Amino acid sequence: MIANFGLAALWLAAALAALQLLAASLALTGRGSALGAIIRPVAITQGLLTTLAFIALLVLFCQTDLSVKLVAENSHSAKPFLYKFAGTWGNHEGSMLLWVTIMGLAGGFVALVERRLPEPTMIATLAGQAFVSLGFYAFLLLASNPFERLDPVPVEGLGLNPLLQDPGLAFHPPTLYIGYVGLSIAFSFAIGALITREVGPAFARAMRPWVLGSWIFLTLGITAGSYWAYYELGWGGWWFWDPVENASLMPWLAATALLHSASVLAARNALRAWTVMLGVVAFSMSMVGTFLVRSGILTSVHAFAVDPTRGSFILALLAINIGAALTLFGLRAASVTEGERFALTSREGALVFNNVMLTATLGIVLVGTLYPLLAESMGQKVSVGPPYFNPAGAMFVVPMLLVLAVGPLLRWRNDSLRRIRPELVVIAALLLGSLAALAFFGVPLLPLLGLALAAVLAVASLLPLRGRKLRTVKLPLWGMVVAHFGVAVALLGMASDSAFTTERLVAMKVGDKVAVGPWELKLDSIEPVAGPNWTALEAAIEASYQGGKPDLLKPQARQFWSPPQATSESALDTRWNGQLYAVLGEQAEDGRWQLRLWWKPFVPMIWYGGLLIALGGVLALLGRVSSDLRRLIARDKIAYRRQRQGR
Amino acid sequence: MIRALCLLLAAALAMPALAQDKLPPAPYAYTQLADPAQEAKAHALMQTLRCLQCQGQSIADSDAPIAGDMRSQVRLRIQAGEDPEAIRAWLIERYGDYVSYKPELTGATWPLFAAPLVLVALAFALLRRRFGGKGA
Repeated sequence: MIANFGLAALWLAAALAALQLLAASLALTGRGSALGAIIRPVAITQGLLTTLAFIALLVLFCQTDLSVKLVAENSHSAKPFLYKFAGTWGNHEGSMLLWVTIMGLAGGFVALVERRLPEPTMIATLAGQAFVSLGFYAFLLLASNPFERLDPVPVEGLGLNPLLQDPGLAFHPPTLYIGYVGLSIAFSFAIGALITREVGPAFARAMRPWVLGSWIFLTLGITAGSYWAYYELGWGGWWFWDPVENASLMPWLAATALLHSASVLAARNALRAWTVMLGVVAFSMSMVGTFLVRSGILTSVHAFAVDPTRGSFILALLAINIGAALTLFGLRAASVTEGERFALTSREGALVFNNVMLTATLGIVLVGTLYPLLAESMGQKVSVGPPYFNPAGAMFVVPMLLVLAVGPLLRWRNDSLRRIRPELVVIAALLLGSLAALAFFGVPLLPLLGLALAAVLAVASLLPLRGRKLRTVKLPLWGMVVAHFGVAVALLGMASDSAFTTERLVAMKVGDKVAVGPWELKLDSIEPVAGPNWTALEAAIEASYQGGKPDLLKPQARQFWSPPQATSESALDTRWNGQLYAVLGEQAEDGRWQLRLWWKPFVPMIWYGGLLIALGGVLALLGRVSSDLRRLIARDKIAYRRQRQGR
Repeated sequence: MIRALCLLLAAALAMPALAQDKLPPAPYAYTQLADPAQEAKAHALMQTLRCLQCQGQSIADSDAPIAGDMRSQVRLRIQAGEDPEAIRAWLIERYGDYVSYKPELTGATWPLFAAPLVLVALAFALLRRRFGGKGA
């Protein structure tokens, strides 16, 4: 019953998307201007219907309705409720439904609140959104129906991959998807603006909050995913340059560039074609990511099912959407001029440099991710990993971060370095001083650059506040300062983890002691424990930092039974200056227990940095939205007064 | 009913994953070398070797038995004084290019190495066109 209802809602939503596209096309070509009025309500209804379909699937999973094939294959009645709920998107069909739901909601939300764009551009934007949505509706309904039934009904479900049975599942996929799919709005805005040739500061100001919103979620999703991998996989790694991770990094790089170029367009009416191009590229990268993850060409914890027809379907969608957008761009780029000129030594100059470097980094990640797939299709198996991505990425990221230290101090249009000489001296002194000090201690090259840049950026990111009354500083400026400071914090964590981590792999009897960096650890006991759908061996380890009061760490080696799989639950002890990471391994033949122990100085800074970057985005968004609202209210008041005077 | 049986059968077939071979791991799979300098060298190398059984993880990040065997091999050879790149070459000879995360410049991989150069050239050209002639 609920399944049928969900499927009906989904078909209806798809039909409304078709109507939205048709009505918008007719309205734009002047054959049905009356139809223009129905587009917004249609978009909103479509969003609500997809939401209903998604809620239907949530209910089916929470009830463990085994007559639905998807539930039977991915859930189990003994699973804890949180994972029944979050398991809704822990599979291919469910996650695609989440994707389509967010896309419908985003389109509906834009239709509901966006009032700043000229009406034709708005209609063209909603046409673009409907066009892209239709493809994904088709994919969902024709190749990945989440509501397919089973007859007869099986007695029990197969369960969820134990690696996914973690609170992270409730948080990481939805946030990441809101970010991914939110970028479809930027894509549709770009399409809309290209169709009506309305690219200017007003367009950038209208687009900016949407990009900021998606970017905040993308940042949070990546940060959460990285921390999840870090504690769940049990080896202390937080980034593997895995294609699936790269799939989330690429839209983030593009969105970061877009955010900055939209600021230039909004403030100075420059970089018009470039900004529109980035709007197209950012969501294209989201779709490339979906293709990589959902097509089954990769084996990964994210690629739930392997089905070659799905791969071809997504590839076709990708080709149509990106191809159409780029063709439109090619046709219109000549009429969208670049806009105002400016000097190299200016705020815009620094932002252009940042944009080019971000885009080049994106290029490196894209090539390094796609090339092995391409080579494999030609019969060559190659692997591309950290030894490629780290140095090749650093080629562009290091110069970008250096310019990031100086750029926010520059004025728009034209400035001279002489004006900010004291600040430059501080930055240069910090850079040289920290480079020399770190080189003296023999830190390897990449972490050395990372730590030195972190020191420089931590100070330089605060410099735009100099000489201002902190109480009068506007929210968007706070946002920039906080986000840039977050970059420094994250960089400190990354570099420190790679330069200063202490690893100890030991075999211990109960009662044995071991030192890990400044920590003294004692294995107290090994006890069996049981959870709702697993049993485990749990170690109790007393850990004392520099002889202080000991904390108790309890890493587990878990054995799930449906599906049968072993996982290790690491135990973490977090201090302000780092994290102790403990994993319980197997018992050796002589009865001793394998333990893997790490002391990772400052490693949590990676994720605190990510949170700060997202917080910066939130502050900027609040600032932009509140000033937009104030302007809107003022405009309404004037209009109201005029109306009354007119009477 | 037949489909339900199939599901049950599929579940039963997945069971052997539980009964992993209980051979003890290789001597240096979970044991570090006594000399910290040698261990650091071995660890750096292990981070750039792919676990052939897992999904996008290096042998330094994996519980798979084959990753343990490879870690042990790497540590033993480092201990015997072999050069890390020689060990990599030996593993590539045995398992193919796929095992190394560090692509070598060959006829098949040149686009990877051309990409950064092309990107630098493109970036330079873009910035030059933008700011051409004006200077700082």
